[in-house]
Amino acid sequence: MSSVPAAHREPATAFDVTAIRRDFPALQQLVYGKPLAYLDNAATTQKPEPVIQAIADFYRHDNANVHRGVHLLSERATSAYEAAREDVRRFINAGEAREIVFVRGTTEAINLVAQTFGRQRLREGDEVIVSAFEHHSNIVPWQIVCDEKGARLRVVPMTSAGDIQIEEYERVFSDRTRLVSIVHVSNALGTVNPVRRMIEIAHRHGVPVLVDGAQAVAHIPVDVRDIDADFYAFSGHKLFGPTGIGALYGKAALLESMPPYQAGGDMIRSVTFERTQYNTLPYKFEAGTPDIAGAIGLAAAIHYVERIGLDRIAAWEHELLRYGTGRLATVPGLRLYGPPPDRKAAIFSFTLSHAHPHDIGTILDREGIAIRTGHHCCQPLMHRLGVDATARASLAFYNTFDEIDRLVAALDRVQEVFG
Amino acid sequence: MGDLRELYQEVILDHNRRPHNFGELPDANRRAEGYNPLCGDHLTVFLRLEGEVVREITFVGSGCAISKASASLMTDSVKGKTLGETSALFDAFHQMVTSSGADQTPAALGKLAVLAGVREFPARVKCASLAWHTLKAALAAEPEPVTTE
Repeated sequence: MSSVPAAHREPATAFDVTAIRRDFPALQQLVYGKPLAYLDNAATTQKPEPVIQAIADFYRHDNANVHRGVHLLSERATSAYEAAREDVRRFINAGEAREIVFVRGTTEAINLVAQTFGRQRLREGDEVIVSAFEHHSNIVPWQIVCDEKGARLRVVPMTSAGDIQIEEYERVFSDRTRLVSIVHVSNALGTVNPVRRMIEIAHRHGVPVLVDGAQAVAHIPVDVRDIDADFYAFSGHKLFGPTGIGALYGKAALLESMPPYQAGGDMIRSVTFERTQYNTLPYKFEAGTPDIAGAIGLAAAIHYVERIGLDRIAAWEHELLRYGTGRLATVPGLRLYGPPPDRKAAIFSFTLSHAHPHDIGTILDREGIAIRTGHHCCQPLMHRLGVDATARASLAFYNTFDEIDRLVAALDRVQEVFG
Repeated sequence: MGDLRELYQEVILDHNRRPHNFGELPDANRRAEGYNPLCGDHLTVFLRLEGEVVREITFVGSGCAISKASASLMTDSVKGKTLGETSALFDAFHQMVTSSGADQTPAALGKLAVLAGVREFPARVKCASLAWHTLKAALAAEPEPVTTE
């Protein structure tokens, strides 16, 4: 067990984490005879009962295809699907629902922009700016389109403290820069990038910005009009919603100017064998039957998060982050990566001097603690840190101070095995 | 914790801390790189094959305790063996770490039997088998790095 006595530390707040946890069936289980401490929320989050219920209810009562039938079930399905779009709009404060395109997730959203906007706009010698923090899914789609067009990727470096080098970012713009694609919150370190300021800088150069919000939306309030993002992408499953659904926000004028992504039903207005007229926004980008139940589940997740409030979520997670940072500092040989708690969100990325992250992950698993180990799909970032892998404990609002104590105690077990 | 002690036996921890046959082999005539993209483990196996016999074998690389100990134990066990014996060891080892619930560990595996606990940890089987797949690639002189993904 931990050598540090566990004092009572729950802060005086109305945040009732015990009640919240009761909403998540998966959190109630024992693994290897121990209560599950789920600290892998950056990979995916658990789902509250209302989300599970909304998906089941759709299939039980309203299941029909959307935008097609004249019958009642189709009308119900269509209205629920479009209501979900409106919920996403409100959640990120977009101006219009037609600026919300449903996609499979953040990865598809980025690929959509790369294959439409990117292929349309990039010419030989043009440049796309990304940062050292990017997930492979915000690197590879740009590499593919850059290779095809003879364009190139420019990479903004990070400081050794794990922050973006903002002066370097300012310097990397040229008259060939066509797009900035930048992560809002780093999945490997938790760093919160100053996207508002970065977008302002890009706009001074007349360059639009895509923000990868996969790790942001579950942890901090996002207002796409306040930050003035041109595109914003996120996944439902990292926001307590189902897998297979996500959203791409794009400013209407940009989306209008872009060619379609995939072709098929729903994305057309009229088809003859000579010519096809594309549908209006957002349907131009939603070929085929969409993940209707997924969108409805995502809307239920948004309602759930909105009821708690992202400000309160961010405050709770910040307390956990501060507490955990202090506790982890007591573990011998532990090195924590990334900036201090006031510049990051919900993530502890660390190594131990005596044990490889993969071994840490196995030992923690047997203590009932789920974490991620490896390169977190950020090999360039790992390379920059000079490590092959880290252990990553990532939080959600349902995590507790007690779970952090258990994490620290389990790391002591690792020391016992490897010490 | 019982399972964990099965996995992280003292022998394994020792090989992890002080791996045998660790380093490059200057007069190697076969080599291959192995990589496990899931966890970032990578290693290079060097060997000197004289006729049918693995005369010398070493490895370098970085990875978890299981992959490092497995590579260390493997180099000990195949040194001086013929290609046929090495191939039989590969099969026996593979069988041991992948057949869950099987209590029968072939006696021929010798010290390699300490890795039998891996079979209770499906996510770790690839760590234990990385060195062996890399050895196989080296013997086949496959030019590309192999992965266990």
